[in-house]
Amino acid sequence: MQNYKYFPLKLRTVDNVKMLMLQPPPAKYGGRHTVTLIPGDGIGPELLNHVREVFRFSCVPVDFEVVHVNSALETEVDINNAITAIRRNGVALKGNIETKHTMAPSVKSRNNLLRTSLDLFANVMHCQSLPGVQTRHKNIDIMIIRENTEGEYSSLEHESVSGVVESLKIITRNNSLRIAEYAFRLAREKGRRKVTAVHKANIMKLGDGLFLECCREVASGYPDITFESMIVDNTTMQLVSKPQQFDVMVMPNLYGNIVSNVCAGLVGGPGLVPGANYGRDYAVFETATRNTGKSIANRNIANPTAMLLASCMMLDHLELYDHASSIRNAVLTTMNETRLHTADIGGQGTTLEVVQSIMRFIQSKGQLTSDL
Amino acid sequence: MTTRSLRSLSGALKPLFNGHLSRVYGVSACNQRHKSTYAPPPARYGGRHTVTLIPGDGIGPELANHVRELFRFCCVPVDFEVVNVDSSMASEDDINNAIMAIRRNGVALKGNIETNHNLPPSYKSRNNLLRTTLDLYANVMHCQSLPGVRTRHRNIDIMIIRENTEGEYSSLEHENVPGVVECLKIITKTKSLRIADYAFRTARAKGRRRVTAVHKANIMKLGDGLFLECCKEVACGYPEISFDSMIVDNTSMQLVSRPQQFDVMVMPNLYGNIVSNVCAGLVGGPGLVPGANYGEDYAVFETGTRNTGKSIANRNSANPTAMLLASCLLLDHLRLHAYASMIRRAILSTVTETRLHTADLGGQGSTSDVVQSIMNAIQSTGPQTLSI
Repeated sequence: MQNYKYFPLKLRTVDNVKMLMLQPPPAKYGGRHTVTLIPGDGIGPELLNHVREVFRFSCVPVDFEVVHVNSALETEVDINNAITAIRRNGVALKGNIETKHTMAPSVKSRNNLLRTSLDLFANVMHCQSLPGVQTRHKNIDIMIIRENTEGEYSSLEHESVSGVVESLKIITRNNSLRIAEYAFRLAREKGRRKVTAVHKANIMKLGDGLFLECCREVASGYPDITFESMIVDNTTMQLVSKPQQFDVMVMPNLYGNIVSNVCAGLVGGPGLVPGANYGRDYAVFETATRNTGKSIANRNIANPTAMLLASCMMLDHLELYDHASSIRNAVLTTMNETRLHTADIGGQGTTLEVVQSIMRFIQSKGQLTSDL
Repeated sequence: MTTRSLRSLSGALKPLFNGHLSRVYGVSACNQRHKSTYAPPPARYGGRHTVTLIPGDGIGPELANHVRELFRFCCVPVDFEVVNVDSSMASEDDINNAIMAIRRNGVALKGNIETNHNLPPSYKSRNNLLRTTLDLYANVMHCQSLPGVRTRHRNIDIMIIRENTEGEYSSLEHENVPGVVECLKIITKTKSLRIADYAFRTARAKGRRRVTAVHKANIMKLGDGLFLECCKEVACGYPEISFDSMIVDNTSMQLVSRPQQFDVMVMPNLYGNIVSNVCAGLVGGPGLVPGANYGEDYAVFETGTRNTGKSIANRNSANPTAMLLASCLLLDHLRLHAYASMIRRAILSTVTETRLHTADLGGQGSTSDVVQSIMNAIQSTGPQTLSI
């Protein structure tokens, strides 16, 4: 395990607002950024094509360096190329790479490999109820910060005795402090009032106990933010009955996976929520629930909202705020039109219609665009 | 039902098992009984059963009292042997006494015993200790939408079967290097086969059409991969039941959008915990769903979501429905079906009355009102009862 030293993350001041985290990679060649694009499998390629279309249309100064990762191959050459490209460019937009169960256990999940090699320790997902989408719960606004590199996803398993498998769940003090620190700083920056740590420390006393302790330690340094903790089973039950009580949630890897999927389900489904993976030096953007969507691939029915909102997050990260807000407004306005809803939110619209409507809206706002 | 209850007891063996003799021959006779019907622990002293009662902490004691009140009122032939477990003591004497009592009686009804985080990590969860020592390997929770309770989702009918003894709850953790903790999650072939077999047998016994295995085998390839493989193996022996598998994150998302698609679900320990809490939330909350823990020889009944409810203890505002329905499951297990259905009917009719809903269902009723109404309902249907 690498010896990680805890470095405070850099802060920059832009317009008197302290910006969290990283310096975006410097723009090159006359103000244009280069971003790695990993299409992935399933609906990834078609959605990322739409992102490129929208970017080209809005004249966003971003060039995409496409790196394909073939999930059927057993060698790690592809994913290593992708990682090198991301190290070079600093930022990436990716679709989900499929992990086939039928392959040997030594073939590790490519997505997981990417996250751990680049040490993208924080997965941030912001679940908000969108006005145009009909859901059973309203006024949800939860920010989920999930530890992204350790925990149950360590891929360390062995079968010492035949028929008995041991999977290791690793919790370290450094990583727990790091993610707690990230969560509280983000909460402060966004003006959030409460952070809830989700754990199962009554059963996993040492492991989740350590995580909880680290959160408490960090919480004492942020007296303006309320800190509370909740056991994961109670959390999931509260989420389905009263999700409005949650503000910011921080948790280890597996609980983060489940809780973020529950929240995504509450606000309207996997097609609506974008996710971001931040590390000290790199940032990778994708859909929050990381679905491959094999069954709806190439049928023009996938919901492009999540991927487009993820690309807006990427633009914010590159400090291209104007482009980010214009595309985001267009996406959210289109979401209000029920006739354009795709199948996953109960409509009959196609992906293409949604994207074209977004582009038309951007054009109507009067900005410089290419022809439709 | 325990494993044994699914086999049939031939008439010839019955005379051997009268009264106290069965306990002496209990262990050796077990092997003989494998081919015969399971008899619930024999009633003693004129047809009355003895059941261990562990009040637990929080709302446990008051709800257990209500159960006893109700049973006394309905003249149910069950005597409770109360064993208190003090969760603040570090020694394991209390819980060992409780375990011995359950071994003696075969059946128990329990409230949740609190696990204080402030005690050192060597202090194991008492509930977990009980489950693993008695090898109560299957936790069964049946989540159904109740007609009188308004929820966002309707027509939910999911049976969740959760492996209860291994997985993430092995309590095996160590800190080799300071600041780095390793928790072991154990998945074994025998236990996975056992729980899968239980799930399919239960599905068949209840006439269910579909079993879904919930896992995370794309990440935990060996562990959950083994679990999934065992489920597939067992599924081959039940061709009339369709089997599919779903990754746990997708499952939780589907549960909050379209829970009606699920029928029977089988899964390892931690996912079972989370999924059962999600389902409990979907049908109306922790106050409504009973749970049962079955092992080869013992059965322990409790509320489905195992809440201590410390914040609402002794305030007469807890919802007694879950505990009372758990006691009905207990009566069914003891083959006192008439009493079980009578009490269950009374409970369900009370739950439909909105003015009697307790705070967790959004109403203002008190626990004693609800219990009183249940007793009224039972008395009005005519069976022999004590006076109210």
